[in-house]
Amino acid sequence: MPQVTLTVNGKSHTVEVEGRTLLVELLREKLGLTGTHVGCDTSQCGACTVHLNGTSVKSCTTLALQADGGVVTTIEGLAAADGTLHPMQEAFREHHALQCGFCTPGMVMSAVDLVNSNPQGLSESDIRHGLEGNLCRCTGYHNIVKAVAAAWPVMHGKETVAAE
Amino acid sequence: MNAIFEGIGASVRRKEDLRFLSGRGHYTDDMNRPGQTHCVLKRSDRPHAIITSIDTSAARAAPGVVAVFTHADLDADGVGGVPCGWQIHSKDGSPMVEPGHPVLATGRVRHVGDPVVAVIAETKQQAKHAAELLVIEYEDLPAVAHIADAIKPGAALVHDTAAGNTCFDWHIGDKDLVDAAFARATHRVKLDLTNNRLVPNAMEPRAAIGDYDAMSGDYTLITTSQNPHVIRLLMGAFVLHIPEHRLRVLAPDVGGGFGSKIYHYAEEAVVTWAAGKIKRPVKWTADRSEAFMSDAHGRDHASTAEMALDAEGNFLALRVATVANLGAYLSTFAPAVPTYLSATLLAGVYKTPAIYAEVRAIFTNTVPVDAYRGAGRPESTFLLERLLDTIAHDTGIDRIELRRRNFIPTDAFPYQTPVALQYDSGDYVSTLNSALKVSDWDGFAARRAEAKARGKLRGIGISTYVEACGIAPSKLVGALGARAALYEVAQIRVHPTGSVTVFTGTHSHGQGHETTFAQLVASQLGVPFENVDIVHGDTNKIPFGMGTYGSRSLAVGGTAMVKAMDKIIAKGKKIAAHLLEASVEDIEFANGNFTVAGTDRAKSFGEIALTAYVPHNYPIEEIEPGLEETAFYDPANFTFPGGCHVCEVEIDPETGVTTVVNFTAVDDVGRVINPMIVEGQIQGGVAQGIGQALLENAVYDEQGQLVSGSFMDYTMPRADNLPNISVGTETTLCTHNALGVKGCGEVGAIGSPPAVINAVVDALKEYGVRHMNMPATSQKVWQIIQNSSAKLAAANLSTN
Repeated sequence: MPQVTLTVNGKSHTVEVEGRTLLVELLREKLGLTGTHVGCDTSQCGACTVHLNGTSVKSCTTLALQADGGVVTTIEGLAAADGTLHPMQEAFREHHALQCGFCTPGMVMSAVDLVNSNPQGLSESDIRHGLEGNLCRCTGYHNIVKAVAAAWPVMHGKETVAAE
Repeated sequence: MNAIFEGIGASVRRKEDLRFLSGRGHYTDDMNRPGQTHCVLKRSDRPHAIITSIDTSAARAAPGVVAVFTHADLDADGVGGVPCGWQIHSKDGSPMVEPGHPVLATGRVRHVGDPVVAVIAETKQQAKHAAELLVIEYEDLPAVAHIADAIKPGAALVHDTAAGNTCFDWHIGDKDLVDAAFARATHRVKLDLTNNRLVPNAMEPRAAIGDYDAMSGDYTLITTSQNPHVIRLLMGAFVLHIPEHRLRVLAPDVGGGFGSKIYHYAEEAVVTWAAGKIKRPVKWTADRSEAFMSDAHGRDHASTAEMALDAEGNFLALRVATVANLGAYLSTFAPAVPTYLSATLLAGVYKTPAIYAEVRAIFTNTVPVDAYRGAGRPESTFLLERLLDTIAHDTGIDRIELRRRNFIPTDAFPYQTPVALQYDSGDYVSTLNSALKVSDWDGFAARRAEAKARGKLRGIGISTYVEACGIAPSKLVGALGARAALYEVAQIRVHPTGSVTVFTGTHSHGQGHETTFAQLVASQLGVPFENVDIVHGDTNKIPFGMGTYGSRSLAVGGTAMVKAMDKIIAKGKKIAAHLLEASVEDIEFANGNFTVAGTDRAKSFGEIALTAYVPHNYPIEEIEPGLEETAFYDPANFTFPGGCHVCEVEIDPETGVTTVVNFTAVDDVGRVINPMIVEGQIQGGVAQGIGQALLENAVYDEQGQLVSGSFMDYTMPRADNLPNISVGTETTLCTHNALGVKGCGEVGAIGSPPAVINAVVDALKEYGVRHMNMPATSQKVWQIIQNSSAKLAAANLSTN
């Protein structure tokens, strides 16, 4: 059986996989990182979004072997080591951008990449288009858009997170 | 009682967010049991057929396979069919036709997706591989998927016992009174309309894990359910014959439900029963395309509505005839949805004096249909509000004026409708006025002209509505055919050092109960918010409950908590009276302190709690130690939230694409506990309503194949399909529960679809459009414009 070596949330793993094993299966079943979710079978819902080598990917449409030698960040690896939430996580909580929480890991990972990739700014329309690959059935997206807009200046160093 | 409301009304941020945002939620598929096996269900790929043979031999021999089960194995163990929880009687008094609903298809398959064989293997891949080795021979039968086909004389029968594919033929109201009113009416306006079939598509697919402990004989079912106790009751009593004390049902974090996770599904019974057979845990998780053909669908009505009016535009009578598609089998609540949850709302916010409605419920070779966010009320609201605008179109009366003229006046409450329900409170004028203002209704003409100059078509639409939720008064629903009761339970355990655990029979699947109920309890008992823990979802921990749906958790579950807290405070007063050497009548409780009236002599809630558990100085002859109370609350009536939704759209005539440029909801949900949560619920509901109106459609072809079988073909609303959704709330208090709350979980999905379609029809008025059914897809809109433009051009040609 082939092997894949990859760094996940800062930790290196070498795992035996099949050629057909999906990255999301590797994460959920082999590494026990169940924060990344499976919401569909046509690569459309985005619940499985993680970062691979700094860019968001749908882990349901990425073979584990494609991540060989790569660096993966999942939702579990977003907060700081001491537990301090990432500004996007803070913003989601502050603006009630989640209800059932199932789409949330993928939504947050997509949003982080969206903000990181747009240092020049993000309009509301940019955010809505940028998140078209992530389905949410609970929130109607209104508060998600607000949260992403609120996280942008914090992530680009324009603001500090307000102390509670 | 006044102190309860301090701290209420704050937008407290959610406790549950910390785990959801860090990927530490516990959804059913995240959970694994040692030694577990995986179950894959082989489902019918055809809509209607006799199963002539099932050959499992190759499947059994496949690698990793532990067991393969068919209905024969279930029958041998006396496993019952999936039960229906509501019985409707027809006009002639006969009970509805209730065909069996076997856990695994028996003799016949009746819809694409009907489960036939359960394959259990060490891994999911092995089970899938083995399932493909099954050889199932079918003899195809003619199938009917659409209402129009199923009711044709001579149509193929889904069930031999249901003549004309009719499950029941029910009615409500006064036919003679309505007929008489029509006879003397000045105006009669008739409208044929449909309510499109939808797939709820919660983002978390359904999943279940069955487990059996051979040592104790106890079963455990972990399932994505909105109501674990209901599942325990239905599955334990009627399907697997397991007594409740031997069956634990655990619903952990549930990733959305919207009604689709209320029902007891065959898969739950399969995994539980199979675990008992093979003595190992059995796990099943739906793929999304599997969910499309096995989760209960929603809506699917065809109606004719007629209103009789006098010369001034006052409503004299409403007559409605509906055919409702129930699918191939009766799902748990299905018969109630088009009848007692829908036709009873046909007064809406109007004082129509006479109403008569008939509902014929039919079977088709499609996935069973049951409650989906709004459950019957979106259907009646869409009918009424489309009819209102059509009346305005036909009579020339302004559509706002028509509504105002016929509103139930603000001083007319309690208001008895002609269709059983009595509304307790409401102010439809106020929510209308607010919505008109916020949406800048008056400025619309200018916006329409500006859009026209850019070559775009703008329209604005409104819906004024009321709904009935907070289900439900048990005696009333029992009389109407419910086979269960709908009270709610709260057990409140105060710990010796003053923290509080609340065990509730409701079960949040996104509504934030761990926060809002903690807010409620903390504010009434005067304990810190962090010290209140809400426990739900586990039948081993919670005495009983009916779950979360029908916007009932706060109105019914929250009131049960208030009743339990009243008992706690009453006991606390006795303890305080003893400690403070006063009489119990002189003890007041406010802000977490028990005080002797008129003095500053007080004991804190914490001191009372400790005393209750360390009763050294204590009225032990009068009361027992401890501080824990349980309350069952059966509501006196439904609750009646409602309001006004305004939708503004802009259509590109070249593509037919409709963009919602503004959506305003002003809703009266009674007292608001957490405004942030309420807004979120309404926004989410509106998104689903816009989805129904413009995008979503569960489509079967004539042969009964589910054409929209995945997210490829079923259009889910995405962030760039939706606008910002402006939500305002007003409050008329519910008069019959202690909190004055009405529930807010479904109003968004109820009021919005007609507001959207009314806007689209308004945008297309120059094309002579009188009505459009949902979804108003770009193709439909474009075609209307093409057809009308061609007609206009031809007319021009012919007159020149």
